[in-house]
Amino acid sequence: MGQGGVSGGAGHRTLGTRRRLVPYGLLSPGGAYLAIFFLLPLVLMLYTSLQSGGVLSGGFTFTWDWANYTNVLSAYQPQFIRSIEYSLIVTFVALLLAYPMTYWIAFYGGRWKASLLLLILLPFFVSFVIRTIQWKFILGDNGPVLGFLKGLGLLPDDFRVLATPLAVVAGITYNYLPFTALPLYVALERIDKSLVEAAKDLYASRWQAFRKVVWPLSLPGVFAAFLLTFVPATGDYVNAALLGGPGTRMIGNIIQDKFLTENNYPEAAALSVILMIAMVILATIYARILGTEEATRAAAAA
Amino acid sequence: MSAVAAPVQARERELPPVNKPHRKWTRFILPGYTILMILYLASPIFVMILYGFNDIPGDRQTAKFWGFTLDWWKNVFNIPGLPEAFKNSLLIAPFSAAVATALGTLFGLALGRYRFRGLRLVDFVIFLAIAVPEIVLGSSLLSMFVLGEVRLGFMTILLSHIGFSIAFVAVTVRARVQGLDRSLEEAAQDLFATPLVSFVKVTLPLIAPAILAGFLLAFVLSLDDFVITNFVAGQTNTFPLWVFGAQRIGIPPQVNVMGTMLFAAGLLAALANVFGQRRRGRAGR
Repeated sequence: MGQGGVSGGAGHRTLGTRRRLVPYGLLSPGGAYLAIFFLLPLVLMLYTSLQSGGVLSGGFTFTWDWANYTNVLSAYQPQFIRSIEYSLIVTFVALLLAYPMTYWIAFYGGRWKASLLLLILLPFFVSFVIRTIQWKFILGDNGPVLGFLKGLGLLPDDFRVLATPLAVVAGITYNYLPFTALPLYVALERIDKSLVEAAKDLYASRWQAFRKVVWPLSLPGVFAAFLLTFVPATGDYVNAALLGGPGTRMIGNIIQDKFLTENNYPEAAALSVILMIAMVILATIYARILGTEEATRAAAAA
Repeated sequence: MSAVAAPVQARERELPPVNKPHRKWTRFILPGYTILMILYLASPIFVMILYGFNDIPGDRQTAKFWGFTLDWWKNVFNIPGLPEAFKNSLLIAPFSAAVATALGTLFGLALGRYRFRGLRLVDFVIFLAIAVPEIVLGSSLLSMFVLGEVRLGFMTILLSHIGFSIAFVAVTVRARVQGLDRSLEEAAQDLFATPLVSFVKVTLPLIAPAILAGFLLAFVLSLDDFVITNFVAGQTNTFPLWVFGAQRIGIPPQVNVMGTMLFAAGLLAALANVFGQRRRGRAGR
């Protein structure tokens, strides 16, 4: 890569110009589509968030109504904080769970690497909603897990997981684990295995070789995994809706209710804009420091 | 990739006795753990398949397994509303994937092989499109459709699905384009192939696996999507939407049967892709 376009001297001027236009030609159909169905909606959501009025009182009008923001920020602060809390726990647990597994596959998977990776991605072949509903049965009050433990007398009879924060966090962790695993795998797979051997030749123990060589080299993958897990997990509401209770509602649940049940578009849009801005700031900091390669490469590995 | 891994492995096999007297049981920890994790990841799938055969007395899934039956497989389409939702999903997915693949492939080509003004900006937009939470995408699309007074339904779902799939196809194709050996194309042009001919005869066959992978990814993303679809669907149902709506009163076992069928189909497609690539890889060597 890197040698597109300008190859000829002055004599090839027209050819050079034409070649320089090629990438724009390739980009324009998809770019136009993304402009209309990705960027424009974000701008229009910003517009919606500054409207005032109501569905029943004759519709909404644009009035620079910043009060929408102050209203939702004060009314739904607990849900914002809860979403970030849950999401941080989820991301941390998911990294802890995924790292040893992806490390082993990347370093010792040999010719089974592709098959093992496919097994990790297996959940993607079943609808997200169906998988989460099955967890509801697995974690049910007298389901296979709790029923068994209660039968052994290890848990009190009224112990439950559903409708608690534990259920929601566990559900989100499960659902986003492949998103954590992929960037980790991509980063670990790329590490030159002979570096580890070099460390061992220099009398590093296994643990030292891991800590001084593998771990630092895998850090870009860890950060990409953090971003690709934390950001979508913060906005998730399906797990809270299916596995949680009234005390575990996240910011996504509020946005969904306001948009689809209450038809309070301005406040819903304001909430969504706040979430979007927070995430864009996070993504921008990430991209500034580490570039976008690592995260998008993980998506390509899927 | 495997070509790089193989010699390293061979070397590792010669080395260990010198360096470390292998601690016997500890080397099973990581593989054992990986197997446990894979089982954990697959556990709801097992439950889904199993409950598709559950001989329950009523017509809603229960946690208890009552016995084995094929009734739900024989009467898959007996639930009012569910077949229509399923059909919508199966109609939207290939259309959305086809359009997204066409647009995303061109995008990926541009990103993977050219340096141009604005590249970083376009890269960042693609990165955002992948990283932004679905709920933000869904609610922003709904904002637009509401402002434009567009009627929600099949079309708005299709348009939205194409939108969120493009970025995924683009990065899949880009990864492959970046790994291409450009001298092959230059060789074709040295042999007087026009740029178009060398593209069709050389580049396209080389990136075809990535285009196919992008298509499958877009297909699965569309089929599985709940959050964005929920915002832009209006009264129209898709399979995930129907299931979500039904779970309040309990899901009928037919949902598990349909889920199992989709799972089997997806698995077959993925396996075909993996083995196809392996065969091509071997032929190339």
